[in-house]
Amino acid sequence: AALKGGLRSQVSAALKEGRVTPTELCQRCLALIKSTKFLNAYITVAEETSLKQAEESEERYKRGQPLGILDGIPIAVKDNFNTAGIETTCASNMLKGYISPYNATVVQKLLDQGAVLLGKTNLDEFAMGSGSTDGVFGPVRNPWSYSRQYKEKSIPKSHSEGEELNWVITGGSSGGSAAAVSSFTCFAALGSDTGGSTRNPAAHCGVVGLKPTYGLISRHGLIPLVNSMDVPGILTRCVDDAAVLLGSLAGHDPKDSTTIQDDFKPFELPNLTDVSKLSIGIPKEYHAPGLSSEILALWSKAADLFKNAGAKVVEVSLPHTRYSIVCYHVLCTAEVASNMARFDGLEYGHRSDRTESTESMYAATRREGFNDVVRGRILSGNYFLLKQNYEKYFVKAQKVRRLIANDFVEVFRSGVDVLLTPTTLSDAAPYTEFIQEDNRTRSAQDDILTQAANMAGLPAINVPTALSERGLPVGLQFIGRSFQEKQLLTVAKWFEKQVQFPMIQLEEVKRHDSGVFQHQKSASFS
Amino acid sequence: QKVSVEVLDHLEHLALVDFRDSEGVERLQKAIEFADQLHEVNTDGVEPMDSVLEDRCLYLREDDVTEGNCTKELLENAREKVEEYFVAPPGNIPLPKMDEQETFLKGS
Repeated sequence: AALKGGLRSQVSAALKEGRVTPTELCQRCLALIKSTKFLNAYITVAEETSLKQAEESEERYKRGQPLGILDGIPIAVKDNFNTAGIETTCASNMLKGYISPYNATVVQKLLDQGAVLLGKTNLDEFAMGSGSTDGVFGPVRNPWSYSRQYKEKSIPKSHSEGEELNWVITGGSSGGSAAAVSSFTCFAALGSDTGGSTRNPAAHCGVVGLKPTYGLISRHGLIPLVNSMDVPGILTRCVDDAAVLLGSLAGHDPKDSTTIQDDFKPFELPNLTDVSKLSIGIPKEYHAPGLSSEILALWSKAADLFKNAGAKVVEVSLPHTRYSIVCYHVLCTAEVASNMARFDGLEYGHRSDRTESTESMYAATRREGFNDVVRGRILSGNYFLLKQNYEKYFVKAQKVRRLIANDFVEVFRSGVDVLLTPTTLSDAAPYTEFIQEDNRTRSAQDDILTQAANMAGLPAINVPTALSERGLPVGLQFIGRSFQEKQLLTVAKWFEKQVQFPMIQLEEVKRHDSGVFQHQKSASFS
Repeated sequence: QKVSVEVLDHLEHLALVDFRDSEGVERLQKAIEFADQLHEVNTDGVEPMDSVLEDRCLYLREDDVTEGNCTKELLENAREKVEEYFVAPPGNIPLPKMDEQETFLKGS
């Protein structure tokens, strides 16, 4: 039971006192990964290396010399981070079989602190998408699909049919990481966030999803999507844990020149009791078309919560919000067109068998290696970058980006400390419903509330708030000032304490697998 | 307006990625329509923003060699190599022009 508590307050203590050993933790997580395989959260499970790391950690604890809070803690990493000796695929045929020769800086930092790398999690191909449904290894299933809370609210169909047809998506693109944390198979996971890819699945899976300020955490080794917006994301089960992870990852990296050089001091979050000095901004444009009445009500309730506790709650305006997604569309496809040019089959990844010419080999390799979503974005990006379109689209988008960033500057200058908004338009959709619309449409709809924070480079966090009428998680988002993660997380932690989001109750799952019953054990540690 | 076949062909050559079918072309059309909304915004006098960190000085380190000598590791992931070379098919042979190609666009 102690293992469901926070890293700093409970798990670390349990490890130090020997109540549980790193190898036990690792074995339990590996077993749980096996029994929740149907979620498809993991692409690669690094069983041997993780057990070895756990053993080494155990030795350190025996000597009384753990490296820190993260020593021996099982974590998962999204499969678009390079991990030495472990396959990194980005859920694409282009990188199937690619074994990185190096660790991304964030991965190296975690390993240097003794964390145990359990495996690589599933995502949308090259992190393009908002459902974690478009990768070559198949879609990720939201663990809440198998929760008692969701099942109680579902319209009963025949048992097995119901489960098979009714499962809901995790959101994306870091769906595998969110599902892994949500189903207790790891204590924290790394995701990436370019348009909301960490916060969106965090909201749908009922976990904390932190997008740090652009420039705070190194992107070295994170296979890039949009260099000017990408950040590594942190997924955990509570805000305190996110602060722990942030503390071990933030800071200047000489290998990433877009990381700021300011000294970063890891911090512990205070237990805020007095919010009377806080000013919470409610941006009215975030009442976006398509926002479910449920979430609107929850958002309102949250604002009242702050108000009743003495905080100053003001309505503010971010006038260019509705152009954020259009702006993103142009800038993202343009940067993608550039970033995907590296995949030509020569140095790594898939290579076609064509030999007539370099160009034909490149073209065939890319045709074979990328899915429609990726290819579509590359083509759109190239269109916007054509000489005749450059000013009209790309530069125009860059100007609109400045307007969007300025909106936030104005609001924060007016005295607002933190913004409170919804994270998603609704709770998680059933997979069968989600795939009715194409990826681009979905992304345009789903990223609307999360995207602007990436435009402006601001830190933002999803905090699980309550269950919807369908029994699925709904989260709310806090957006903070640049590099003010401590303030942002302090407010988030206060809010988390007020809402007391319920724990997922994973049920036994009976599955028909070629006629053989497979009983999956319930996922609670006790 | 619809994107001309010449531009589509040009894009395929630039991107070294093909549209594959009419759905691909449709997708581009929709993407352009979507992006056209940008023109509703008045950006007179606004400078383009390259980076949110534009107010800061880019980090420059000393011009010293700190790592390298990893030829072996780097070659491991390549499929075709000879000694320490990556091997490519002959270059400078442009892809066939539209009317010589088999691709879908030929039918437009």
